[in-house]
Amino acid sequence: MRHDHLLTAKQLSRADIEAVLDRASEFAADPAAFRERHPELLLALCFFEPSTRTKMSFETAAKRLGGDIVDMGSVESSSVKKGESLADTVRVIEGYADAIVLRHPKQGAAQLASEYVDVPVVNAGDGAGHHPSQTLLDLYTIRENAGLDDLSIGILGDLKYGRTVHSLAHALTKFDARQHFISPESLKLPRSVRYDLHEAGANVREHESLEDVLPNLDVLYVTRIQRERFPDEEEYRKVAGKYSIDADTLEHARDDLSIMHPLPRVDEIAPELDDTEHATYFSQAHNGVPVRMALLDSLL
Amino acid sequence: MTDTELRVSKIRNGTVIDHVNAGEALHVLALLEIDGSGGETVSLGMNVPSQTMGKKDVVKVEGRELSQNELDVLSLIAPDATINIIREYEVAEKKHVEPPETVEGVLSCPNLDCITNDDEPVQPRFDVLSEGVRCAYCETIVRDDLTDHLLA
Ligand SMILES: [Zn+2]
Repeated sequence: MRHDHLLTAKQLSRADIEAVLDRASEFAADPAAFRERHPELLLALCFFEPSTRTKMSFETAAKRLGGDIVDMGSVESSSVKKGESLADTVRVIEGYADAIVLRHPKQGAAQLASEYVDVPVVNAGDGAGHHPSQTLLDLYTIRENAGLDDLSIGILGDLKYGRTVHSLAHALTKFDARQHFISPESLKLPRSVRYDLHEAGANVREHESLEDVLPNLDVLYVTRIQRERFPDEEEYRKVAGKYSIDADTLEHARDDLSIMHPLPRVDEIAPELDDTEHATYFSQAHNGVPVRMALLDSLL
Repeated sequence: MTDTELRVSKIRNGTVIDHVNAGEALHVLALLEIDGSGGETVSLGMNVPSQTMGKKDVVKVEGRELSQNELDVLSLIAPDATINIIREYEVAEKKHVEPPETVEGVLSCPNLDCITNDDEPVQPRFDVLSEGVRCAYCETIVRDDLTDHLLA
């Protein structure tokens, strides 16, 4: 990969993605073999909103490569509370670390940070914007289970605010994928993502009901619909129930359908599916470490 | 612009912005940050009959030649504008507006969750699309009512 920063999945070519995924396979096969690969690495973790999973997986990846981390800690305990700008924060941290992993509640935060520092910035989620490292591990998982060519994927849930969805949709335009977006009307893809998909000539369909498309899918990517997105509790319950996946839902699904979820889930996927062949979400989460090792390796 | 119109309020030196969409003249002034405080004489024609546009607005700014940069930003709200640079009562140059690739510090982002709406030391920046503009930070696309988002 020849980029200083990883801000969106859009910037990645198919070759970039494949290089990271291939590398990740090597790391996954024998993680212990790479312990001396980046002993000099000091990775700054700047999480302006909590995310145990993403943060721990970056931390693990850095340590598996022989490096270490510096952690900004929680926002409550940091100078951000005192009103310091993000631009100032990252300029200070740039002096400590070789790369910055940034999670921030505001869209465009990683772009802004990248304009102020010379070390690589990895966008680990910017509000409802992007989450490209999640996308790399999603693609790794999809490749393992269904392959990335001639792929039929359903992406279900909160498509409007779901940053993992936005990044995944962008990345899938680089492959031979039919993307089916399934959501309530009020949570459809935002205009900016539609614009990019259209520009990329992506093969995209939108649906309100899962039933029509389910029998054709290789992969069903489920996201959480957040209660707070709905002004009305009643409206939320109607929608949330409609998009919950259980054994009955899957009656017409293919036997090899792989179900993914960026986690944490609430009640989108019934626990009864956890032990079935369909459940891919836990291995998806585990793939975060080798993929982030490969990502860091490519940026350094 | 016809001779008759030019005679009505002929200016000696300055810029005449013609073929502005009817009703947009005040937005043009806002975009160019012309509020009269610079002492220049400004005349406006609003809803002037036009052969090609039906109705149009005309803005005349005396004593100031607008730069190509300023004019290009105009293209966002007045894509059909034609510009006459006037020197000694004569049209010395005719220019057209050309959409710039990006505009910086001209519009604010309507997305309240955009980092540019926080207290950060950046000017909002937009990429210009064939229709509308797109925030270079949060990627929000603005197509309609661009003038609602003009920075003061
Ligand atoms: Zn914005």
